[in-house]
Amino acid sequence: MDAGNEINVRGKQRFTPRLILLSILVPLLNLGVHTLIFLFFRESGLPPMFNALLAVIWGIFGIYSIYFTLNWVVEQYPDKWKERVTPYVFVGPAVLLLGWLLFLPTLRTLYLSFFNADSTKFVGLANFGAVFTDRLLLTALRNNLMWVVIGTLACVILGLLVAVLADRSSFERLAKAIVFMPMAISFVAAGVIWKFIYYYQPGDEQIGLLNAIIIQLGFQPQGWLSMVQPWNNLFLIVILVWMQTGFAMVIFSAAIKGIPEDMLEAARMDGAGEIRIFFKIMLPVISGTVLAVTTTIIVFTLKIFDVVMIMTGGQYGTEVVATEFYRQLFMYQNAGYGSTLAIVLLIAVIPVIILNVRQLQKGGNL
Amino acid sequence: MRKKVKAPRRKGHWLVNLILGIICVVWFIPTLGLLISSVRPAADILQTGWWTVIPHRQWETVSQIKLDRDTDLRKPIEVNGQSFPDDQLKAGVEVGDQRLIWENRRARTVDVQEKKWGSSTNFTLQNYETVLGGKEYKITQPDGTVQTEQGSGMGRSFWNTIAVVVPSTVIPIFIASFAAYAFAWLKFKGRKAFFIVVIALLVVPLQVALIPILRDYTALGLNGTYFGIWMAHTAFGLPLITYFMYNSISQLPKDLFESAFMDGASNFTIFSKLILPLSVPALASICIFQFLWVWNDYLVSLIFLGSQPEVQVLSMSIANLVGSRGSDWHLLTAAAFVSMLTPLAVFFALQKYFVRGLLGGSVKG
Repeated sequence: MDAGNEINVRGKQRFTPRLILLSILVPLLNLGVHTLIFLFFRESGLPPMFNALLAVIWGIFGIYSIYFTLNWVVEQYPDKWKERVTPYVFVGPAVLLLGWLLFLPTLRTLYLSFFNADSTKFVGLANFGAVFTDRLLLTALRNNLMWVVIGTLACVILGLLVAVLADRSSFERLAKAIVFMPMAISFVAAGVIWKFIYYYQPGDEQIGLLNAIIIQLGFQPQGWLSMVQPWNNLFLIVILVWMQTGFAMVIFSAAIKGIPEDMLEAARMDGAGEIRIFFKIMLPVISGTVLAVTTTIIVFTLKIFDVVMIMTGGQYGTEVVATEFYRQLFMYQNAGYGSTLAIVLLIAVIPVIILNVRQLQKGGNL
Repeated sequence: MRKKVKAPRRKGHWLVNLILGIICVVWFIPTLGLLISSVRPAADILQTGWWTVIPHRQWETVSQIKLDRDTDLRKPIEVNGQSFPDDQLKAGVEVGDQRLIWENRRARTVDVQEKKWGSSTNFTLQNYETVLGGKEYKITQPDGTVQTEQGSGMGRSFWNTIAVVVPSTVIPIFIASFAAYAFAWLKFKGRKAFFIVVIALLVVPLQVALIPILRDYTALGLNGTYFGIWMAHTAFGLPLITYFMYNSISQLPKDLFESAFMDGASNFTIFSKLILPLSVPALASICIFQFLWVWNDYLVSLIFLGSQPEVQVLSMSIANLVGSRGSDWHLLTAAAFVSMLTPLAVFFALQKYFVRGLLGGSVKG
């Protein structure tokens, strides 16, 4: 009995030719099958609805079958190897994808930023010099700074305000749903909504809400998005605030509810006012959450593209780095400037990365 | 999970409600304007603001006065025994409760108007038909002329969006959950290094990756294909989803795995039978996020999918509408509302998971 078990265990310690064949065949088979399906979809002229359903089925079952088959092969391995390889099967796809589509591209973009428009000649730091002297690009940098500072501040402050107010109001759920709702709207749709609000037509009858209000107050109607620069940027930032405050609010609200009630009650006993309690007790307790939310919104705002593209197309002095990037890359076919702008964005985020890794280390997550 | 404690009533209640109420109204008005405009006829949208739908006091013509055809417009014009300059009649002049205004200056007819309660209540669903279908439609313009216009066929973009969004939501969540499980509970070489890289990639602006990926995609023939855009959305969403799922999965009790291991379950079984069911709240909330981001995305699809009608997604077709027919508000508003419906439905359906999942995950602080 014992001896038989030992032989069995020893047998499982070795790689048989069958196992090696399987380890090669299964990944290849996966690759082959999915390439075939991919080609089928590219060539097929199926009706849209049918096509969509098939694509969805392929996407969902495809990813499951890849993990399932790879794991099945590893399960056949000897125990020691099984333990060693399984983690890599689990992390592998994530690491490969991130490597191919995010990590390496970042390095390649950095490399491209030292080359000329069609990436044939090394130009050193000339692109960076150009980016920081070109008038349009400088405007873009200035506007981006405006977006990040004003937009983020407004989102965080309003988010906190609504979260605190909602916590004490008698219609909390409704208020939260209303403020959060714009999150579910695309920037493109929001662009339509706000274009309509800012709409200007000559004459007395205005169909844009803002101009109608202005006329009621006795002022002249304005073309809000093209008039007095750089204030038109503010009207674009309002859209971001409208959309992102809900995100900040939901997370702050959850954090505020997590503050122990007796802590607040004790402060109240000591005669502290509500405003004092907010600044002296609530804010310090949720400071970690505030940092997390601020980071998310800063990163999001740095990349801002859709709003500007839809509302003004980057005209009238409203260009930001991302729209300028798009214009350089696709209109002027200048990969050098395009890459440089992307790298400028990346450099701008570095302090935010450092701050967050520190926070993670403090929290013991790393 | 924490029990919801009813906050005790505090002072300043009415003030809190008032301020919050004002904020809510301000937040809701833009969407309301869009919704109302999308069901108004094209001609009405261009002539009166959407708020005229709400009953309000407005001037309504009660009678007309025909003046002598030869009335000299350069001199003060006599109407009902009083005389007014031409300019005043153009803008409308108030006499007691009534207002006098030219109905037709050339034919010398003057409208006598009185303030009455009224609202413009012309509603139509034609905007939606035009936007969803691909056929031609006849639209009556404000000046009375009839114009045919081509429908924008958003029905097709809707299905394209589904084909892009559903896999782009499921695939990254699947991949990220596997990775998060390995990062949280398995021991392997390079665990810490990989994890730090993933966290660092969390804040890399995706613009940085666009040019190289575009070159690879062109070389591989992935441009304008569903598979290509799935991979792009997956990679861009992975860092956040992995981090989020890691937070949730690493908080599960350790003895859970140990007893399952004792029973001889493999990691794959533990993952699919134990981890996934236990992480449903976290999965649901990150699902909403990724779904909303991908559904609302414009830049990634603009670059990797392009705007051919066979693959065009909703955000793209609205953006094209804005570009090509920027003042056709009846089409724009209807199209925008169509694109909002699905994400709003998903959001409200999964709302309760959303807050719960966030509580267990990213709000650790």
